[in-house]
Amino acid sequence: MTTPVRKFDAVVVGAGGSGLRAALQLSNAGLKVAVLSKVFPTRSHTVAAQGGVGASLGNMGEDSWQWHMYDTIKGSDWLGDQDAVEFMCRTAPEAVIELEHFGMPFDRNENGTIYQRPFGGHSSNFGEKPVQRSCCAADRTGHAMLHTLYQRNVFANTQFYVEWMALDLIRDVEGNVLGVTALEMETGEMMIFHAKATLFATGGAGRIYASSTNAFINTGDGLGMAARAGIPLEDMEFWQFHPTGVAGAGVLITEGVRGEGGILLNKDGERFMERYAPTMKDLASRDIVSRAMATEIKDGRGAGPNNDYILLKLDHLGPEVINKRLPGIREIALKFGNVDCTKEPIPVVPTCHYQMGGIPTNYKGEVVVPKGGNVNSLVPGFYAAGECGCASIHGANRLGTNSLTDLLVMGKSSGDSMIRFIKENNTHLDLPKDAGGYSAARLTRLNTQKNGENVHEVGNAMRQTMQAHCGVFRFPDMLEKGVTKINEIAERAKSLEIKDKSKVFNTARIEALELENLIEVAVATMVSAEARKETRGAHDRADCHDRPGFVNGRDDENWLKHTLWFKDGNRLDYKPVNLTPLTAESIAPKARTY
Amino acid sequence: MKFIIERFDPDQDQKPYFKEYDIQLEPSDRMLLDALIRIKSIDDTLALRRSCREGICGSDAMNINGKNGLACITKISELKEPVKLRPLPGLPIIRDLIVDMTQFFKQYNSIKPYLINNDPPPQTERLQSPEDRLQLDGLYECILCACCSTACPSFWWNPDKFVGPAGLLTAYRFIADSRDQAVNERLDNLEDPYRLFRCHTIMNCVDVCPKGLNPSLAIGKIKEMMVRRGV
Repeated sequence: MTTPVRKFDAVVVGAGGSGLRAALQLSNAGLKVAVLSKVFPTRSHTVAAQGGVGASLGNMGEDSWQWHMYDTIKGSDWLGDQDAVEFMCRTAPEAVIELEHFGMPFDRNENGTIYQRPFGGHSSNFGEKPVQRSCCAADRTGHAMLHTLYQRNVFANTQFYVEWMALDLIRDVEGNVLGVTALEMETGEMMIFHAKATLFATGGAGRIYASSTNAFINTGDGLGMAARAGIPLEDMEFWQFHPTGVAGAGVLITEGVRGEGGILLNKDGERFMERYAPTMKDLASRDIVSRAMATEIKDGRGAGPNNDYILLKLDHLGPEVINKRLPGIREIALKFGNVDCTKEPIPVVPTCHYQMGGIPTNYKGEVVVPKGGNVNSLVPGFYAAGECGCASIHGANRLGTNSLTDLLVMGKSSGDSMIRFIKENNTHLDLPKDAGGYSAARLTRLNTQKNGENVHEVGNAMRQTMQAHCGVFRFPDMLEKGVTKINEIAERAKSLEIKDKSKVFNTARIEALELENLIEVAVATMVSAEARKETRGAHDRADCHDRPGFVNGRDDENWLKHTLWFKDGNRLDYKPVNLTPLTAESIAPKARTY
Repeated sequence: MKFIIERFDPDQDQKPYFKEYDIQLEPSDRMLLDALIRIKSIDDTLALRRSCREGICGSDAMNINGKNGLACITKISELKEPVKLRPLPGLPIIRDLIVDMTQFFKQYNSIKPYLINNDPPPQTERLQSPEDRLQLDGLYECILCACCSTACPSFWWNPDKFVGPAGLLTAYRFIADSRDQAVNERLDNLEDPYRLFRCHTIMNCVDVCPKGLNPSLAIGKIKEMMVRRGV
């Protein structure tokens, strides 16, 4: 059976912030673009971002992109590629101004400029004191941004394929990327989207963990597709645990709470961050704060009947500030934490939040892989942006607000790269014979599987294994056992079975396909984490802590390098970190204190 | 806990029917969506949309015991048993709790949901006073869940002609934006017997909005501007 084919200049998979920003660029260039999304665009997970988008506008006091760059590199624990970090920080102000021109309802200062709040790890004058750099719309910045970008695409007449799930990347024998196969959820029909250039903007895979701030749709579909198509995944051991997820529910409480003056307390009412980060205190970077919280809980100083959470106190800000700057948080605390945060603290715990790794790209959003001695050889026609891409801007730990900056800057930059590529290569390369065969076989296998594995059970096993073996604190023996376990779970995931056989909006089928993608990410994470014998950013190994020769547990001599995980053979490779910025001076690795 | 859920799979059913579920909930199941996921882990054929599970993406709107709402922020403890769940009323059912929202989004798109300002953009942001920005509060927060429009009798009768509360709320969001230059064009766009004026202030929209917004108030303001303009 042949799969129907539709041709486009460009295909964008994913309609969150980066996908929409790229689509806008492509539509405005007059190209024929198809944007595929599992959900209606405004339901993408960018919508849940709260605290703001980082840019050195300097509206509240002196600021500069060089300071932003320094903070981002220090935040990344020196694993960020300095060309990409410079590119983002230098471009951030114009990206935010452009978004304002698109209609984004930013909060305002008395003089009419965009209001900016302090945020974790953002400082003035190279770490001296906190700076106000986070441009926000109350605590609904992601929602305001995603809707603004969607609205702008309505204006640009972008063509959306809503509730279409991309299944697999199509490559020819030379390795060129020619588009994707995708499933229309409403009809159950499959189609080939044949493109000159293909962008993955599929977001993260935070649902590999049991406790996550992420939406159900964050299943790493782009990473799964890339891995199956022979593209390595970079730095997958680095997962950000956000300090403040609502205890028990996982729902995010923005760092903006601490930016506005909220503080973390242990059961004794002690503001413990003063001990861990004397300068930045509660506004140290997220890896530092999460680790401090986990340490407090581990040492028996957690609050609550089981001493298993930390208190986020903000009632001293007063109802006026809370209602004006943090209205969504008040709502979430009431609904999910059962507390009125104008009166009592919110119970919080570190919760999986963001994937620093992803599909390897350069700062132009072009996907790069090792080939013939070149570690950064381009994959013609293939691009990745936003959380699914790894430029690498965030290295081993992302600063708050930099995810929204990343998706604006990298969305636009990858869109521009695609426009250039299409101009130079303005023909559709021939599809390989039976380009839809692989995806069709996967669907048939799923439909006809008997005596197979239950999707729900395999998913639970994966999430619990990741949580127990690869969380905030990592132990060598647990990681080793984790690798064995996750490989076993991956075997089980090869025979997933669903009872629902309907063609119409078969969500059981979608969930099974999503789990197949999650599993790729989970294996990549565990294997990469087990192999990295140091502590860096969000990757904390109990056997590699601060000692002579290991700055903060870091081993720059052996491990100042990016991990590359290949699905084929479940093997690892490494490539150097780029310490040379585009125009600025290199920032040399040093001890990291806040 | 007992649930009665409207089911329909056009692949095999002639018409919708109700199916009963009696399930054992866990202490961690606090919201209706948690219960639905538990049901789905037993019966994977139940189809519903869901994503953020915190009331910001707008996916899991449905009719809960007769009233539209979001499953993810509806507490189980506040629901009367048996809990009766139906798809949002007034839109074609695709399957089970999933409705076809084409008409709803068509109306949203029809109000030109984007900022219109034809001046060349300045080097910096367009300035806006905090007071002018305050005018957008209660408007920009809409999550397009369609609880309001599908609770509105005027929208049920004329989904092709009446914009509906969600679309009109967004229309006013741009009319009220000090940076927008197309107030007259926007009012012209709504000046016909149906698009705006089919709103009869029944206020169901206000009653059901899970974000506590007030489309009725916004519609009233547009009507008032229309009248003032005519004088």
